[in-house]
Amino acid sequence: MSELLSRGVFRLTSCPSIEGAAAIVGAKEGEGPLGALFDQVHEDSYLGQDTWEKAESQLQTQAVQTALKKSGHKPEEIGLLFAGDLLNQCIGSSYGLRELQIPFYGLYGACSTMGEGLGLAALFTDSGLIRRAAAVTSSHFCSAERQFRYPLEYGGVRPPSAQWTVTGAGAVVVGPSGKPPYLKGVATGMIQDLGVTDINNMGAAMAPAAADTIRRYLEATQTQPGDYDRIITGDLGAVGSELLVDLLGREQIDVSAQHDDCGLLIFNREEQDVHAGGSGCGCSASVLCAHILNEIQSGRWNEVLFVPTGALMSTVSVQQGESIPGIAHLVHLSSKRWPQPEQE
Amino acid sequence: MELLFSCIRAFVVGGILCSIGQILIDHTKLTPARILVAFVVTGVLLGALGIYTPIVEWGGMGATVPLTGFGYALAKGVKEAILEKGLLGALCGGISACAAGIAAAIFFGFLVALIAKPKEKG
Amino acid sequence: MNITQAEYGELAKKASPNTKSYKTIPSAFVVGGGICVIGQLLFALYRDLGLNEDSATTLVSISLIALSAILTGLGIFDNIAKFAGAGTLVPITGFANAVVSPALEFKSEGFVLGLGAKMFLIAGPVIVYGTLASIFYGIILWIIRLF
Repeated sequence: MSELLSRGVFRLTSCPSIEGAAAIVGAKEGEGPLGALFDQVHEDSYLGQDTWEKAESQLQTQAVQTALKKSGHKPEEIGLLFAGDLLNQCIGSSYGLRELQIPFYGLYGACSTMGEGLGLAALFTDSGLIRRAAAVTSSHFCSAERQFRYPLEYGGVRPPSAQWTVTGAGAVVVGPSGKPPYLKGVATGMIQDLGVTDINNMGAAMAPAAADTIRRYLEATQTQPGDYDRIITGDLGAVGSELLVDLLGREQIDVSAQHDDCGLLIFNREEQDVHAGGSGCGCSASVLCAHILNEIQSGRWNEVLFVPTGALMSTVSVQQGESIPGIAHLVHLSSKRWPQPEQE
Repeated sequence: MELLFSCIRAFVVGGILCSIGQILIDHTKLTPARILVAFVVTGVLLGALGIYTPIVEWGGMGATVPLTGFGYALAKGVKEAILEKGLLGALCGGISACAAGIAAAIFFGFLVALIAKPKEKG
Repeated sequence: MNITQAEYGELAKKASPNTKSYKTIPSAFVVGGGICVIGQLLFALYRDLGLNEDSATTLVSISLIALSAILTGLGIFDNIAKFAGAGTLVPITGFANAVVSPALEFKSEGFVLGLGAKMFLIAGPVIVYGTLASIFYGIILWIIRLF
């Protein structure tokens, strides 16, 4: 049973396991530093479909199918599926997952959605209500670009603080297998807004939310950054990462040694022309599934805080001059379970 | 030789106008669409004040090809139409002067959209 | 968080990298100037073919619009623009690209509501405000001529 440590912070006493995970990405991500770790790299950005939106749905379908296959379970064995993406009304998920016939919750947490979905999957399985859940998110550079920015062939200029939407999807199956990686804790983010209005600087808009969630989890669990091998935020990019370390430093929390960021891990910023780094729901999801879980499984990392971050604006709110609210959800991953008082 | 000099003048005037645009991109939060609007409206204004005519005479295509030239053409069209038709010219002069450019953009835009498909950025 | 919006704004500004203007301005100058030189050469050609000055100027614009449309369709325009910045944006090429790229992109939503409706998504304001400015100029000019 889950235990409430403080408002929005939960300890997962049964330590559900990640039984299977898969990351499916596009060509540019395949050329990045994590290229060899992805389950599949698609050279064709349309994935054989006729629109970018269908291509994104296809990414989700393939990610879930691959994760299920790796976990050794069938769709019928999944009690709940949590999914989301960046497209209007989350059509990437609803079209990509409609054939699977799994009880479905569509989520919107912008680029933090993997933290939201994985957290909910963990809480539901840990509570014992369901045996097994899955979470998946995706983003596609082209579908995001045409919805949030400009047509693909438009010759606009991206400022250096802008981030590059990752083409990719990541899916996990959470269940009671009893093998690592384990899920040990969840912290639900609170919306933070420090007044950033620049759509091309989303890292700055999201950093306060990440700082707040990390601080709340550390306080609730009475731990220090040094108790973790890595604290990996979702997609703050170069600008947001610097701000996060600064903000936590003001609270006497030094994460500079442990902090890393999925947006910085997925691309080689020197060579790949991605400006401040990667972003999008698929960014933290594919880095989690291809890289973070591997490192935990192999025992190189033991305790990891995974903190996907999201910018909760829309094109309408931006054009109306509203500032950009940020959110960050935290999931505590580990190679070991909590010390169990009595074995079942 | 005259051609070479006219090309150099076009290069200088066009280059300066684009550099002003670049400074706006780099140092303000203006989006591309706003910069285009600013250039066209500035062109109308400079055309109305009679400042742009000498720039066109000296810089040739360096002054007419940038979007300030589009604004200049609007102003010039209105001015001629007012002389010819009176107040009605205020409404029909501008767009008539730029009709070819707008129609060409629609025509070629449609043709290209029929044939091509958007690609992911390289 | 223990920080005010104003303080955070300062912090964010400091953390955000600036554009390297020493690189972007020269490339905008060279590419933009270069496009105008192409225009000047075309102008000389059309004049040689016997067109009057006004027609030649109009034909230069049409030629550059056609060229930009083709480069946009081939997926080359945005790659030049990445390097050129305002160098391709400010000339009529930028206007053409702003018309062609949404037409191309939104074709997937149909010919009427996609291609047709979205064609002037970016370039529309240019025509709206350019025309408005010229109308105001015309009215003022007409009033002045009354006296």
